[in-house]
Amino acid sequence: MAAPRTLADLQPGEAAEVSGFLGSQSATQRLQEMGLTEGERIELVGVAPLGDPLEILLRGYHLSIRKSDARLVALAE
Amino acid sequence: MATTFPSASPTPGSSHSRNSSAETVTVALVGNPNTGKTTLFNALTGLRQHVGNYPGVTVEIKTGTAELSGAKADVVDVPGCYSLAPRSLDELLAVELLLGLRPGTKQPDVVVCVVDASNLERNLYLTSQVVELGLPTVVALNMIDVAVSRGMEVDERRLSERLGVPVVPIVARDRKGLNHLANAVTGAIEGTALAKRPVFPEAVADEVARLNARLGAQSHLPAPQFLMERVLFDSKGQVEKLLARKWGEDFHRWAEESRARLKDAGVTLGGLEARTRYAWIGEALNGVVTRPAVRKTNWTERLDAILLHRFWGVVAFVLVMTGFFATIFFGAAKIQELFKDALNVAANAIASPLPAEGALRSLVRDGALAGVINVLVFLPQIAILFAFLAVLEDCGYMARAAFLMDRLLSRCGLSGKSFIPMLSSFACAVPGVMATRTIEDPRDRLATMLTAPLMSCSARLPVYTLLIGAFVPGPVWQTLTMMGLYFLGIVLAPMIAWLLKRTLLRGEPTMFLLELPSYKAPRIDMVLHRVLDRSWAFIRRASTFILATSIVLWALLYYPRPPEIARNMDAQREEVERLEAANSEDAAAARKQYEAELARRYLEQSYLARIGKGIEPVVEPLGWDWKIGTAAVASFPAREVIVAALGTIYSVADVEEESGKKALADVLKEQKRVDGTPVYNGAVAASILVFFALCCQCVSTLAVIRRETNTWRWPIFTFVYMTLLAYIGALLAYRVVLFFGGA
Repeated sequence: MAAPRTLADLQPGEAAEVSGFLGSQSATQRLQEMGLTEGERIELVGVAPLGDPLEILLRGYHLSIRKSDARLVALAE
Repeated sequence: MATTFPSASPTPGSSHSRNSSAETVTVALVGNPNTGKTTLFNALTGLRQHVGNYPGVTVEIKTGTAELSGAKADVVDVPGCYSLAPRSLDELLAVELLLGLRPGTKQPDVVVCVVDASNLERNLYLTSQVVELGLPTVVALNMIDVAVSRGMEVDERRLSERLGVPVVPIVARDRKGLNHLANAVTGAIEGTALAKRPVFPEAVADEVARLNARLGAQSHLPAPQFLMERVLFDSKGQVEKLLARKWGEDFHRWAEESRARLKDAGVTLGGLEARTRYAWIGEALNGVVTRPAVRKTNWTERLDAILLHRFWGVVAFVLVMTGFFATIFFGAAKIQELFKDALNVAANAIASPLPAEGALRSLVRDGALAGVINVLVFLPQIAILFAFLAVLEDCGYMARAAFLMDRLLSRCGLSGKSFIPMLSSFACAVPGVMATRTIEDPRDRLATMLTAPLMSCSARLPVYTLLIGAFVPGPVWQTLTMMGLYFLGIVLAPMIAWLLKRTLLRGEPTMFLLELPSYKAPRIDMVLHRVLDRSWAFIRRASTFILATSIVLWALLYYPRPPEIARNMDAQREEVERLEAANSEDAAAARKQYEAELARRYLEQSYLARIGKGIEPVVEPLGWDWKIGTAAVASFPAREVIVAALGTIYSVADVEEESGKKALADVLKEQKRVDGTPVYNGAVAASILVFFALCCQCVSTLAVIRRETNTWRWPIFTFVYMTLLAYIGALLAYRVVLFFGGA
């Protein structure tokens, strides 16, 4: 089976639902507190000019997250 | 550290009725970053604020006094946070303050949760934790104007019903709704409003009860339910560590057992808290917030389409940075000169009533006043810099700059948040170090703080100008040398940061999550407040230490002062007095000459010169003689002092004047060693330049690092490593220039 699609795989303008986390609870606790919870729809707004970090839109606000951290967020197909 | 609990800690509930209205009440402000919490704090307290430092943590807590509906209140500005799940000691401080667990702090009588009305969902996450503390709580619905401008409507009465606490719409920036808020706050203390809270599975509640039962009825823990939930939800969290400090290793075992039991009961703790809370928030907001049917692109998003654009974003960034440097080099430098002149005039006026001769006048003028001036000259620059930074921060661009620069800085183990402190340090490391407060990760913050002083600050310019002007031929080479010295810091700082993050400051990387807040028009009064606040903090904290250092250095330079030195120059003095009596044209020049020579002779026998001679073997490999060594030691409080120190050593009367500067440069060129070769050549100049580019001869910087880290360890470390680096750099520079025939 192929590796699950993650937040780092989204294209700018694309949105998808969070299906789970690929890291430990203590590693992803902060992401969850910021509102990236299972079932929540996340849109990738854009990428920084140097290719990292990402700008995402969730729960009505804009958040910047590094690709390495975005890979911990699995998306529903 | 924080292992002791106040013995008479109030049990939850008893605090509500503790205060009659005549007493001073304690109000804690909590909220996410960028919610206007500090704006509200300033609006409530005005300038009646003071800053508290707590051992073991690097954050500062501001407290102020206010009058709320006639009641006197102490308002505590709890540092902005997204959650009350503490992972570091700095984050734990917020919990300790809210629960009165810090020795010497009182549990607040009421908590005001400041939330951004245009971003309620995420903001209420923290609120959902705060209500579990069991304290009277008021929600301040801030920036309601922004929400309305986006076509949103918030039914605050319904929200208040859902949360079970008063909800007051305010616009802190415009001081709107503050009276209502004050009434709600005083009302909440007297009232009996019962906050509603998210409900966790029964098995969790059972384990919470079990853990509390194990601690016993005499544990006197405030908010026992909240604390035990934290223990269960935050594996390896700070609350568990805090409680284990009190109850010993047993506590870790009990917590482990509880978590294992929950797992057996089929309760997955991972994600449980966030899911439950956000579900609860979703229900609470259902029908409370109405949004426009079609979500319109708002102002912030339109601006970001340009400012974060792949091409235009970079252009805008370069423009902002150019503006920044132009402000420092053209704006601030000019004002600084004027300010310095004004300070010298003031210092002379203060010193003039003192007796013309003797130690007292010298102590006051050359010791204390010179020391204070060394600090104060930076004030215009610091103020301008803070104004610039405050505007960037207030309008929301700062977060974008961090976003744009994160990739570059992540290569050396830092994050985009280190960019602004590094940039500020080109003007002055003091505001640079102070600007590291926005970096949440303590290790990133330290690494930034310890390397930011490597950036060439404006105080290095006088040294650069003097030596480059004297020993580097032609404008092209002069410019290249100057640029090279700046690059030295730009290249070395990330390398040192990389090394630090792999050695002393090693640890698990923390997530870089940065909110990109809405743009706002900066408010002049907010900017001014910040500038005043930071400038004052700089003067107050740095000046005492600098004053002490300056006086010690003065004494080393002044004593032992044997009387025969003046006696040996009696002939010259009489000659000067004769010229003055005759009103000769040469009298003024002769007096200057005499005084400069006298100063040189005193200096030569001073303790400082003895130190200089003592360290000559150490500085000899750099091509320095004892005089340069002495000047370097004398410039310990501030680098640019070396210019004046060299002036004294070579008895140049007026190094500050335009002609005098040239004179000093010429005097340097004339110096000969015993064997007749010149003391100064290109190689010696290069080694001095590199030394001063890399050393940390700046008491203000060391004092501010001491202040920000609350320990002497880091300023001492900074001084030692930068001096070593400077020494090695100077040695290399000396050898390389010699090799290429620069002598």
